[in-house]
Amino acid sequence: MAGTALQRRLTWRVAEVVDLVDETPRVRSLVLSVPGWPGHLAGQHVDVRLTADDGYQTQRSYSIASAPAAGERLTLTVERLDDGEVSPYLAAELRAGDKLELRGPIGGYFVWDITIGGPLLLVAGGSGICPLMAMLRLRQATGSAVPTRLLYSSRSLEDVIYRDELDRLVATGTALDVRLTLTRDQPERWAGYHRRIDTDMLTEVAWAPNERPLIFVCGPTPLVESVAESLVNLGHEPTRIKTERFGPTGG
Amino acid sequence: MGFVSRAFKGRPRDQPRDARVPPGQYLVRDFPVLSAGPTPHTPLAEWSFSIDGEVDAEKHWTWEELRALPSETVTRDIHCVTKWSKLDTTWECVSVDTLLEGVETAADYVMAFCDGGYTTNLPLEDLTGGKAWIAYAFDGQPLESQHGGPARLLVPHLYFWKSAKWVRGLRLMNDDSPGFWETYGYHMYGDPWLEQRYSGD
Repeated sequence: MAGTALQRRLTWRVAEVVDLVDETPRVRSLVLSVPGWPGHLAGQHVDVRLTADDGYQTQRSYSIASAPAAGERLTLTVERLDDGEVSPYLAAELRAGDKLELRGPIGGYFVWDITIGGPLLLVAGGSGICPLMAMLRLRQATGSAVPTRLLYSSRSLEDVIYRDELDRLVATGTALDVRLTLTRDQPERWAGYHRRIDTDMLTEVAWAPNERPLIFVCGPTPLVESVAESLVNLGHEPTRIKTERFGPTGG
Repeated sequence: MGFVSRAFKGRPRDQPRDARVPPGQYLVRDFPVLSAGPTPHTPLAEWSFSIDGEVDAEKHWTWEELRALPSETVTRDIHCVTKWSKLDTTWECVSVDTLLEGVETAADYVMAFCDGGYTTNLPLEDLTGGKAWIAYAFDGQPLESQHGGPARLLVPHLYFWKSAKWVRGLRLMNDDSPGFWETYGYHMYGDPWLEQRYSGD
């Protein structure tokens, strides 16, 4: 479990909102320009700090969805939680040209780089796709052929974040397989999965344990708990399974 | 005036409650789960707790032996580095003071170690004097595995990653050494009131 020491001081930076992309009815990506951004690894996150005019401050963590080496551009993807304090501001109020305080990159365990290799199994629930998308974008940007499978659970097709881009990655990339499961509503003649991720689904999609895939699981806690437990029961080494969880309290 | 986020209002302010919430934190009512890997499930028959490292004689307890030690019920506020705080959490636990009774050591630091390979480092003085416990029940129920059961360290005056889940022992050390998250840039001490989240804070 040893990792690279990350001991530099994390200072607050003022980012500028360059672009806003509506990904789904509830999810928006913020494309930010961050002067002096030191770079990041796929899977890391940032802390965002909001300050009201009376000095009140609050912070939240958001995964970085953009690939490393995009210079000073950084993309965060935010799901709007109706009773949230921060996500409605980021996903609905923020406009191009607004400023946003953030610091990072943070975290060094739930990260992937092409030198780490694979095969790679990525399992996402809802907006848990965000840090995994940074890995897929890195893989594409570097022309990596590391065999990769993504199993992604959403409520409905319109809730699938980055749907068009995922299609493009599959069409133009190498050795990438994307499987969707839609747990609530499915379009007519939907040929994909239509239930919560379970052991049978993981048996079909995951690499065999003796192929020793490196596994990243990100989503709400019940999904992460059940997927990680199923993978251990299937014989995958616990130390090859990295998890990141968030729930409604991330709002 | 420093930075202001245009049109950001934030939640309604509540002075008495806010006084218990460290800077940058927000309150939750549920109990979020965070961990870096799968939840371990060590059978109680195979479970033990150890105090080892820089000690004259190691100490070990089985599950039954630990549960037979004097139990306390404590109610404390907890603060996670991922920004949530939860007030008035109630735990049944054994004081670390009880476990350290009779232990002879010159060590100043401790590495808590856990099932699944997790570790976290703390000064010994932050674990003594009624400030730290080994907790095995939350809200009157056995501690769920996803929250660190069968037993977790409870050090509520520091960020909650120091309250190691699935704890199996305390290793006394002469010198401070980074644990799991500390290696990845999280603060060596982690005082929530000083916002010591990351190295250099």
